[in-house]
Amino acid sequence: MSENLTPDKDLSPAATPPARQGKVSSRVIEHYVAPLEETPLSAVDSVDVTAAPLSLWAEAWRNLRKQPLFIISTLLILLVLVVAIFPQLFANVDPTSCDLGNSAEGARSGHPLGFTLQGCDVYSRVIYGTRASLMVGLFTTIGVLIIGGVMGALAGYYGGWIDVILARLGDVFFALPLILGSIVMMQLPAFRENRSVWTVVLVLVIFGWPQIARITRGAVIENRNADFVTASKALGLSRFKALVRHVVPNSLAPIIVVASISLGTFIVAEATLSFLGIGLPFSVMSWGNDIASAQPQVRNNPAVLLWPAVALSITVLSFIMLGDALRDALDPKARKR
Amino acid sequence: MSNYEKDMSVNNPAKKTDETPLLEIRDLAITFETANGPVNAVRSAHLTIMPGETVAIVGESGSGKSTTALAAIGLLPSNGRVSGGQIFFDGEDIAHAGEKRMVELRGNSIGMVPQDPMSNLNPVWKIGFQVKETLKANGLAGSNHKERVAEVLTNAGLPDAALRAKQYPHEFSGGMRQRALIAIGLACSPRLLIADEPTSALDVTVQRQILDHLDTMTTELGTAVLLITHDLGLAAERAEKLVVMYKGQVVESGAALEILRNPQHPYTQRLINAAPSLSSRRLQSQKVKDALAGAVAELDEPVEAGYTPSPVPAKSGLPSLRKDAEPGRAQAGDTILEIKNLTKVFKLRGALGKTTDFKAVDDVNITVPRGTTMAIVGESGSGKSTVAQMTLSLLAPTEGSILFDGVEVNTLKGKALFDFRRRVQPIFQDPYGSLDPMFNIYRTIEEPLKIHKIGNAKSREKKVRELLDQVSMPAATMSRFPNELSGGQRQRIAVARALALNPDVIICDEAVSALDVLVQAQVLNLLNELQEELGLTYLFITHDLAVVRQIADHVTVMQSGRVVEASSTDEVFNNPQQRYTQDLLSAIPGATLLV
Repeated sequence: MSENLTPDKDLSPAATPPARQGKVSSRVIEHYVAPLEETPLSAVDSVDVTAAPLSLWAEAWRNLRKQPLFIISTLLILLVLVVAIFPQLFANVDPTSCDLGNSAEGARSGHPLGFTLQGCDVYSRVIYGTRASLMVGLFTTIGVLIIGGVMGALAGYYGGWIDVILARLGDVFFALPLILGSIVMMQLPAFRENRSVWTVVLVLVIFGWPQIARITRGAVIENRNADFVTASKALGLSRFKALVRHVVPNSLAPIIVVASISLGTFIVAEATLSFLGIGLPFSVMSWGNDIASAQPQVRNNPAVLLWPAVALSITVLSFIMLGDALRDALDPKARKR
Repeated sequence: MSNYEKDMSVNNPAKKTDETPLLEIRDLAITFETANGPVNAVRSAHLTIMPGETVAIVGESGSGKSTTALAAIGLLPSNGRVSGGQIFFDGEDIAHAGEKRMVELRGNSIGMVPQDPMSNLNPVWKIGFQVKETLKANGLAGSNHKERVAEVLTNAGLPDAALRAKQYPHEFSGGMRQRALIAIGLACSPRLLIADEPTSALDVTVQRQILDHLDTMTTELGTAVLLITHDLGLAAERAEKLVVMYKGQVVESGAALEILRNPQHPYTQRLINAAPSLSSRRLQSQKVKDALAGAVAELDEPVEAGYTPSPVPAKSGLPSLRKDAEPGRAQAGDTILEIKNLTKVFKLRGALGKTTDFKAVDDVNITVPRGTTMAIVGESGSGKSTVAQMTLSLLAPTEGSILFDGVEVNTLKGKALFDFRRRVQPIFQDPYGSLDPMFNIYRTIEEPLKIHKIGNAKSREKKVRELLDQVSMPAATMSRFPNELSGGQRQRIAVARALALNPDVIICDEAVSALDVLVQAQVLNLLNELQEELGLTYLFITHDLAVVRQIADHVTVMQSGRVVEASSTDEVFNNPQQRYTQDLLSAIPGATLLV
């Protein structure tokens, strides 16, 4: 068979062969025609206008609202939000009026979770501590989205030297672990002496933006050469406007997913810093601070440490679950076949 | 095994009455479980393949042709199952055969050549390894597997097979990859080869070589072939028997040439009428058709092939329907676009930061008369799309000039460029990429009006309605999103968007290449009607000469960045001067079957 080598015409063009006439079989082939009623012809390529219009977001929403993961996480997040905004609706005991006479007392009527060593109501402190933790998480995420999003979008869209500079800058920050960088930063006198929610947010944003920048950059690169972007340029849209109007909206899905997951990790980071005594000042009620002050007593009164830790875990978990649910709904590639 | 086949089919063709079919599909039904409930992808399909025979399944995307073939080799997706009927392979019902039996059959009894040569070879393994894998899986590797691999690759038409076997897929061109895949498919001399659109991703001339080669090899081995294709011309040319599928059903089957010449089912008739490779004339708008019919009746003399060599005289006699034609607009016939000595050099990054020059476009001259269609034809890498990009002023030429209505395009800046954008619009190839998935259809078509600050919200809505009507889409489409529309519908929306600014020139970059035949014919007809109605000029970039004949008045043939032939469409088709053009023409599948 090997003698039957056909020269590769990719490489050496052969003479133009004669016209082909098709194959005629020596067998008898029956000519079958299906009855027309069975498969009625329909118009070529007609638009189906029966179903309601569905944008990508609407489609994602339709998928999401059936997912238990999404429903549970959204309900939990809503609950946490309401608690953060109106803590007085959930606790009528002032968390700051502590009576040493109640020190380390157990649960009793009106004080379902008992008292801390300082005699403060644990339940009320957990409820009131929500706001600071959530604020740090929320504002850090917003800051990270703005800085990381802008940096990533510009780097990905324009490429060239802008990309080189911004991407390397991001890598420098990315190389420093979030917590380690924040610890070092918070030790600096300027931060140590002005500790508040905002300094913690600032420090976390400084070390948190490269992740969003990377995701944004990747998504933007994927979309910047799409035909619809070229088409809009050919319509006369400026390069920058094409970025804002077409590229960024199409790059949002992965950014939203990562943002919701990292919101959880920022809350953990705040709690860690506060636990180490360099995050929020003790005057601000937060789960991290409460865990820190309960820590010496972990053997004889573990409940005091347990409750803020549970609140923290549930909040973080629900944001991570939300991120997972969003990933499934917004990223068609990850969908199960 | 194959020797037995040969005896049966090649040496004893007369002995046919008592043959058992190699593959017989009876009343096959395939159901897919989807989120929206079960979908019957295939219903009561039947087909018979005799040993050594080539049978082609033809149909549009979604007609169930690939699904039927996948069922025969037991490779349906996990949510699909055979819900009725039988599949007999050599007398054995394999419709519900276990995985173990199917593994035995695959490779040495039923081979497969997949569709996309770019993604069906594993990029991390050498070609030789991937061939060896197939041989090993079927216990054919033996001790001298290196020689066997080389032999298999040589048979598939790859020269220097021993060396080639050591290369990775990315070092192969598309045609070579497809040869490698054919080598793998035929490595174990199967009795049936399923070829699922084996050449759809390749240039026509390469497609022809590959199919010729596949023909030779399967005839030699006595292998029966189940060819799946959307191209009726190709199917009729390569197969003894055609099976036409539509909406999951077999609507017509029989001898290939018989079906082609005497189609019975209306769907088959529709397909044959629409197939560009089988047509031999330019499309005509309804208006010109009527005018010609009138002329014919008056003069009582036939118009040759219904085609007017220069469409301008035929059209100039008709009143222009263009309502908003500017008074200063020149009459049809003058030159609207003139490309002179156009050259584009790309710098390719080589090793160690060195750059090498690559001339993508080399000294190209094209003149496009107003109101006509100029086609630029060439294979991938011929530089035709680069010319389009430069004409759209999206890419700066290295040398040469592009004159649009007498004005140099490349030096345009600011306001002048903005105005130029209004008058020259593109339509791109990929219907899935050219519309922003986040914009609904209304916003998509309104965007150009908004960018150019034309009218107010109310007048823009009116205009969008008009445009949708012009591309024969219902007004209800406005609130829909691109992901709800089919490829052809999206392409029509892209046409509407391009028309929004009343352009003079539309540059179609492979605008119909990704569409099914019928849909393609629909879009081509639309483009043609619009040209007549609005006096549009098209620069039509395509690799498909068959389409050129339907839409173009003039043709420029490009090869590796150079113009090799430029003339009127008739001239090029009837009397091609260059070898390259002749090759391209003869590679159109089925071109000679109906004449």
